Amino acid sequence: MSIKQISVFLENKPGKLSEMTALLAENNIDLRALSLAETKDFGIARMIADDAFEAANVLKNGDFIANFSPVLAYAVPDEPGGLNKLLCAFNEAGVNIEYMYSFLGGNDSSHAYMIFRVADTSAAEAALAAKGLRAVSQEEIANI
Amino acid sequence: MERYFQPEIECASREEMIKLQNERLLKQVQHVWDNVPYYRKKMEAKGVSPDDIKSIDDLYKLPFLSKDDLREAYPYGLMGKPLKECVRIQSTSGTTGKRVVAFYTHKDIDIWEECCARAIVAAGGTDEDVCQVSYGYGLFTGGPGLNGGSHKVGCLTIPTSSGNTDRQIMFIMDLKSTILCCTPSYAAYLGERMKELGYGPDDIPLKAGIFGAEAWSEEMRRDIEKTLGIRAFDIYGLTELSGPGVSFECSDQKGMHINEDHFIAEIIDPETGEVLPEGTQGELVFTSIDKEAFPLLRYRTRDICTLTREKCPCGRTHVRMTKPKGRSDDMLIIRGVNVFPSQIETVLLNNGYAANYQIIVDRVNNTDTLDVQVEMTPEMFTDNVGEIQARQKVLVDGLKSMLGLKASVTLVAPKSIVRSEGKAVRVIDKRKI
Repeated sequence: MSIKQISVFLENKPGKLSEMTALLAENNIDLRALSLAETKDFGIARMIADDAFEAANVLKNGDFIANFSPVLAYAVPDEPGGLNKLLCAFNEAGVNIEYMYSFLGGNDSSHAYMIFRVADTSAAEAALAAKGLRAVSQEEIANI
Repeated sequence: MERYFQPEIECASREEMIKLQNERLLKQVQHVWDNVPYYRKKMEAKGVSPDDIKSIDDLYKLPFLSKDDLREAYPYGLMGKPLKECVRIQSTSGTTGKRVVAFYTHKDIDIWEECCARAIVAAGGTDEDVCQVSYGYGLFTGGPGLNGGSHKVGCLTIPTSSGNTDRQIMFIMDLKSTILCCTPSYAAYLGERMKELGYGPDDIPLKAGIFGAEAWSEEMRRDIEKTLGIRAFDIYGLTELSGPGVSFECSDQKGMHINEDHFIAEIIDPETGEVLPEGTQGELVFTSIDKEAFPLLRYRTRDICTLTREKCPCGRTHVRMTKPKGRSDDMLIIRGVNVFPSQIETVLLNNGYAANYQIIVDRVNNTDTLDVQVEMTPEMFTDNVGEIQARQKVLVDGLKSMLGLKASVTLVAPKSIVRSEGKAVRVIDKRKI
């Protein structure tokens, strides 16, 4: 199962990112992961939140442009070679990664979580499942 | 069935109209000669007297008036009636920083309101309609003009004036307004706000809009029509001549019929002042033939358009003018190229963006720069940087082919461009020349 990443349009100007985080803070949204892609004049914040729908609502009501993008999350053991093993599986399955980022599990200190954006989420998930890799669900992410 | 406010005039034959224009013009030239020393001096300098003007064919002999004349003669120099016969002034919105003060007698106001009434009827208005006038009231001609026209048609008139958008929407929904009069940029904003509040085109009781006082594109018209579920009609006018209603669109929506019984239109070459033949693009010049208090002859509007006398399916016989590309005041000269904000708007709307934009002109190292700031929309946003940049490039290329020069495009956050309740501020020119 893919999980919902919230993607937000931000101007590349001082204060714009904190405007967004202030809004999330006021509304008690807990972020699991955050990654920023930037260009000269704009950026895209990509986030995983405990409650994706609530986070998107709060952002839209605050006049931000936010949408959902499907991403895959995998847990890897927090040890040398953990990530490499996972990426080898992507490689063998012929899945191209558009972008990725990671976070360390909150209560679960023995794993890191990797978020992947790929072109065809369900095909990639099936190919990786065939190699015995199970994607983390939205619910599991919320409860980390 | 097409309806008219004054069918005998709006559908008069060309012969009848020329006869009326000749009578009125001769009388008007004499009136100006006798009562407006400023213009009489101009005529004398050109060696023209009222005897030289025997019909509208002699119009070209008269000297032009320009905005500079208005400034020079400010405030009373072009008045054609004593103050005690004048009952009102109106003044321009001053978007270009040059304020004009125009005077009206009772009769002038009456004629002006009739012109607006013709526009409302042409947009489908009847005495059954609820007409919400969201143009500014006060010195600006938009509110008072359409208000008067709406009364003449017999609509229930809601004089909301501009601003307080949520209250505007409350009136539209509660009182079931069927006609909306305001600037196109404000109509677009009202549409945006109504969409946010969850009102779709089928929920909105409006059926027609009469939008003018600023340049707007066909694409913007289609956008507003779709959002509000209406037909949007253009209306044109200048404070110098009365206000909105100098010309207006009919159901055919192909150009605006000029109220020729009051205003004679000419198209001239803006460089030489020479009158150009029908169908040629040039500067629009108006002679007001029955205004009493502020009788301007051959007033140069600085609007660039063309005229056509092709038969209109609506049955009106009055000459039609194309939508002006924009006042020459709005025109920017960037690296020697003429640029109208409406051209930029066309490119933005054709590429899926909304009409929320601002044009920033600057001069860096002695070279003009043109940056178009446009708001990101939910439809145009993805999580993929490359895709957004590719769309940005499509805009840059579109602007290049429309304008013939390179412009940069900056994507900005939604609602970061200030919404206007009257005329939108489209251009910020930072050049210090």
